[in-house]
Amino acid sequence: MLENIKNHRGLWVVAGLALLLAFWPSLVPRFYVYLVSLMLVTGLLATSLNLVLGFGGLYQFHHAVFYGVGAYGAALMIKWSGLSPWWGLLVGPLAAALLSLVIGIICVRLSQLYYGMLQISLGSLVWAIVFRWYSFTGGDDGIHGIAVPGAIASVSGAYWFTLAVTAACLLVMYLVINSPFGRVLMATRDNSERAEMIGVHLIGHQLIALVIAGFFGGVAGVLFVVVEGSVFPDMMFWTLSLEILVMCLLGGWFTFMGPMLGAAMMVGLRTVVGIYTEYWTLVLGVILMLLIFFLPQGVLGFIGAKRTPAMAHSRRED
Amino acid sequence: MLSVRGLKKYFGHFKAVSDANLTVNQGEVVAVIGPNGAGKTTLFRLISGQLKPSGGEIIFKGRPIGGLAPHQVCRRGISLSYQVVSVFGRMSVFENVQVAVLARRRQVHRLFTPARRLAVDETWEILESVGLQDRAQAVSGSLSHGDGKLLEMAIALGNRPELLIMDEPTAGMSPEETQATIELIRRLTQKMGLTILLCEHDMELVFSVADRIMVMQSGRTIAEGACDQVRCNQQVQQAYLGEPADA
Repeated sequence: MLENIKNHRGLWVVAGLALLLAFWPSLVPRFYVYLVSLMLVTGLLATSLNLVLGFGGLYQFHHAVFYGVGAYGAALMIKWSGLSPWWGLLVGPLAAALLSLVIGIICVRLSQLYYGMLQISLGSLVWAIVFRWYSFTGGDDGIHGIAVPGAIASVSGAYWFTLAVTAACLLVMYLVINSPFGRVLMATRDNSERAEMIGVHLIGHQLIALVIAGFFGGVAGVLFVVVEGSVFPDMMFWTLSLEILVMCLLGGWFTFMGPMLGAAMMVGLRTVVGIYTEYWTLVLGVILMLLIFFLPQGVLGFIGAKRTPAMAHSRRED
Repeated sequence: MLSVRGLKKYFGHFKAVSDANLTVNQGEVVAVIGPNGAGKTTLFRLISGQLKPSGGEIIFKGRPIGGLAPHQVCRRGISLSYQVVSVFGRMSVFENVQVAVLARRRQVHRLFTPARRLAVDETWEILESVGLQDRAQAVSGSLSHGDGKLLEMAIALGNRPELLIMDEPTAGMSPEETQATIELIRRLTQKMGLTILLCEHDMELVFSVADRIMVMQSGRTIAEGACDQVRCNQQVQQAYLGEPADA
């Protein structure tokens, strides 16, 4: 990974950003610390979606369900089990990965839009269960005042935890994308029929990718619990799925950091414009229209296309 | 090596292939010829597992492979290069071939090893053997048609097949590119000992590279044998060549 960054001028951007994020809580008021935490959580969620959307070519229309299940998994575990809250943070992503496997097995044989339609239906089913099951999930009230571990309960504590976990998850996903698994995943995206013809077990490969994406979606959900201390069914409503889909397109869905940038833009926009008007989605709509006309590859896709691709394959023995 | 007996494929009432018979021996180049719509591409799709046969049998290296999934057929040692360029369009030429090599080496489930260190030399060798080494970093979707066809073959070679099936390898190529492809096919069989099954409309290519020829018409095999034998076959001349052999 380091070698790869070295080749890019992006090294300075990454280094500068890392430095800024490292000192962020001592530079700005608490609200902005909280805001960046939220951007990181949402960005992680969007990046996990993009693993199967931009790199896998799967129209995962309802990815937020794994975010919600990750968050509820942690919240319910903390509320009902009586074990250390750290266990809850571990259970959330695992529950999301398991659900991702189940939904994946049902949907993965379908292609393109049919996959998306069935996936959104099954996701909505999970939402409906959470929304209605008052005695267990708290229904549409959600669960509030979740006892997250003391060490990460403060605003800056939550920020540090979120930053560290998000960075670790991004690193892992970056490695996965650039591994043979990732290469083959992109091949299935570009031409699934041909991928099968070169000996790839298409469905198995896509299923593994879906489980990985679901897991990291669940991690994002857990981080949300840490940052907010509460969960509510809106977290897994399909409108949020649509929002993170837009984030991927906005930032550049064929780039790795695009979804993170898209998430930062949308969360920032909602907060800043939301101060002046409740119709912030109107501003978003205009920006989206301009984007589709002028930057169809997303912001990072546009920047990437301006530079010559630095893909150098040195001849070296494996 | 490959034996096809009485193979059938029906699409509803339409008999795309009704009685195909074919034998390919180790090290041979066998050409399937026939007019458009004779069922050549369907035959290849049946052998490679993209379609399931309605009847008949396909034996490869002594074992039946009819009805296996494409990736299973591929792992038994059969690769197909497409008639229409069908590559991984957003990836570089290098990566296109590399994924085929990785798939053959069963390394596709490695999650954390950087891919750019794996299978590099073998991928370069294949690119050089088809003459695409200068285009290695180009995005495959931007290739010219001729280069695209070469990449088709390079991807198929990445699987290091025992039997390479080529569906019209020179379709849409310029005369120079066709000549280069003929030489490539010769090199693959003579130097690498590859067995090749191809279908082609270019008779010059067929008669210059093929050891044996199988002729199809309306979904059935009407002749099979050595080049001269087939060239002289009365039925074949009527059905396909449409002119005397000495013309």
